[in-house]
Amino acid sequence: MKIEILAFGIAKDIIKNRTLSIDLPDGSNVGFLKKELTDRFPDFQKLKSIAIAVNEEYQTDEFNLSEKDEVVIIPPVSGG
Amino acid sequence: MIDIQLKENKLIPQECIDFVAADNTGGSTVFIGTIRNNTKGKPVVRLEFEAYDPMAISEMRKIAEQAKEKWNAEKISIHHRIGILGIGEIAVIIAVATPHRKAAFEACEYCIDTLKETVPIWKKEIFEDGEVWVAAHP
Repeated sequence: MKIEILAFGIAKDIIKNRTLSIDLPDGSNVGFLKKELTDRFPDFQKLKSIAIAVNEEYQTDEFNLSEKDEVVIIPPVSGG
Repeated sequence: MIDIQLKENKLIPQECIDFVAADNTGGSTVFIGTIRNNTKGKPVVRLEFEAYDPMAISEMRKIAEQAKEKWNAEKISIHHRIGILGIGEIAVIIAVATPHRKAAFEACEYCIDTLKETVPIWKKEIFEDGEVWVAAHP
């Protein structure tokens, strides 16, 4: 399945784009996506943390993705 | 009642103060976060804020709802700025009104502390000789 990913903050700099299209096996979970991302872009490993939001909610590694999901890479936040 | 706003133009503390005013409250606290002119002594030129807008708003709303529940807050207003901010400008305002004052202080502190941990907003510090995404690296 093809997943469209949005990136913000330093994640945007790491993938050198605001969006990324990535092919994953059907039923892949958030943990698998994180591993794919760090394999393709090793700079993610240098960050303090990396979270994934699906449809505007933080999700754990066990959460299963599907093609229509809005998936966003959330690097360490720094609002306020 | 809860008022959450993500704004590209100047934040106005009085708007938050007016929103939380209520006859059945005994006090309100207001936190105003501003842009400091240095980071560990190094002069800062400006800051650039960006947000994942819909989720930033929903996460700020969650925080306000939690605070409202826990401290019996009557009204909470959270305004956060995005875009380019100069030194001294306001990045965030949190106003909380509660029946008794102690709860207002605690709820306001909870809101800003939690906002910094969970709300998908990012700031980049611009120095004379470079730039850095705040808190990105260990």
